[in-house]
Amino acid sequence: MSQPAPAVGILGRKIGMTQIYDESGKVVPVTVVHAGPCDVLQVRTAEKDGYEAVQIGYLDKPRRLASRSERGHVAKLDSKRSKSRTAAGVELSAKAGCEPKRFIREIRGTAGDLAPGSQITVEAFAEVPAVDIVATSKGRGFSGAMKRHNFSGQRATHGVKKCHRHLGGTGCSAYPSRLFKGVRMPGQYGNARTTVRNQKVVRVDAENNLILVLGGIPGPKGGFVVVKQTNKV
Amino acid sequence: MSQQILDLVEQTSLKTEVPEFEIGDTVDVHTKILEGDKERIQVFTGVVIARSGSGSREMFTVRRIVNNEGVERKFPLHSPRIAKVEVKRSGVVRRAKLYFLRDRVGKAVRLKERRRDASK
Repeated sequence: MSQPAPAVGILGRKIGMTQIYDESGKVVPVTVVHAGPCDVLQVRTAEKDGYEAVQIGYLDKPRRLASRSERGHVAKLDSKRSKSRTAAGVELSAKAGCEPKRFIREIRGTAGDLAPGSQITVEAFAEVPAVDIVATSKGRGFSGAMKRHNFSGQRATHGVKKCHRHLGGTGCSAYPSRLFKGVRMPGQYGNARTTVRNQKVVRVDAENNLILVLGGIPGPKGGFVVVKQTNKV
Repeated sequence: MSQQILDLVEQTSLKTEVPEFEIGDTVDVHTKILEGDKERIQVFTGVVIARSGSGSREMFTVRRIVNNEGVERKFPLHSPRIAKVEVKRSGVVRRAKLYFLRDRVGKAVRLKERRRDASK
């Protein structure tokens, strides 16, 4: 990596898909993402943490559900030892002073003028042409090779017996007498971190905190997503 | 909650004045067509046989007979490319989808005319 770029990212939830018309009257399929406003909770620096990033949080978590460490992460808490610690000269890191957050992620990049407590809204994406979106894909459980790897399966007739959706052969015989690593087989499909890259931003609605992205994005409706400026050139 | 947000997004793509016509109406659909850099209006005349979808996805199907061959075109109702929809004649129909017209030829395709003011 060359010069670290400024961190342009926001957290949100997938709302769903719909279609709109662009200026030329074409139909554009879009995914609506409700994003932000996000509070900056922490700033990672090269000197202290070894890398540059901004930690942001989306949606408040009720205090009764947040652990003490979660509450102490976003605001200053009094404790038994706080007095002795300040007397000893221990400096607390800067706090955002907001409610505990439900969804917290770090966005790599330099902080710029972002500091704990400042807010990120979708307006940060007004000039961004395309984004990368990270989300957890829909879980499909333990799936067969046809669904998971788009295998063709076997014939319906011509003597195929009870293995119509079977994956077929997986390797050779006497040599090597074993299965090579990475052979595609049935297994857990979905419910994994998935990234779609270089999705065009169709529209940014600052009033309603919405980003409209061209095409689909991973995950179910209501799923949490990370939206970042694309790193694809 | 999420459906309200989707409706909000779709709202921006909806026409403020939705063309008014009903199933069974004979209509002129004026479509804007770009030829090179010139814009031209093309008219498609026929009977509205179906409306489908909702919100910004609403479509309507127009059927006409060209050279003894049935031609159907499906238009997006809210598309900015649809300049206007003119009702020429209204037909008496009792169902929402007039797919039965596809099986008919010749004189049987005609629908009985309905007096416009009576429907209002």
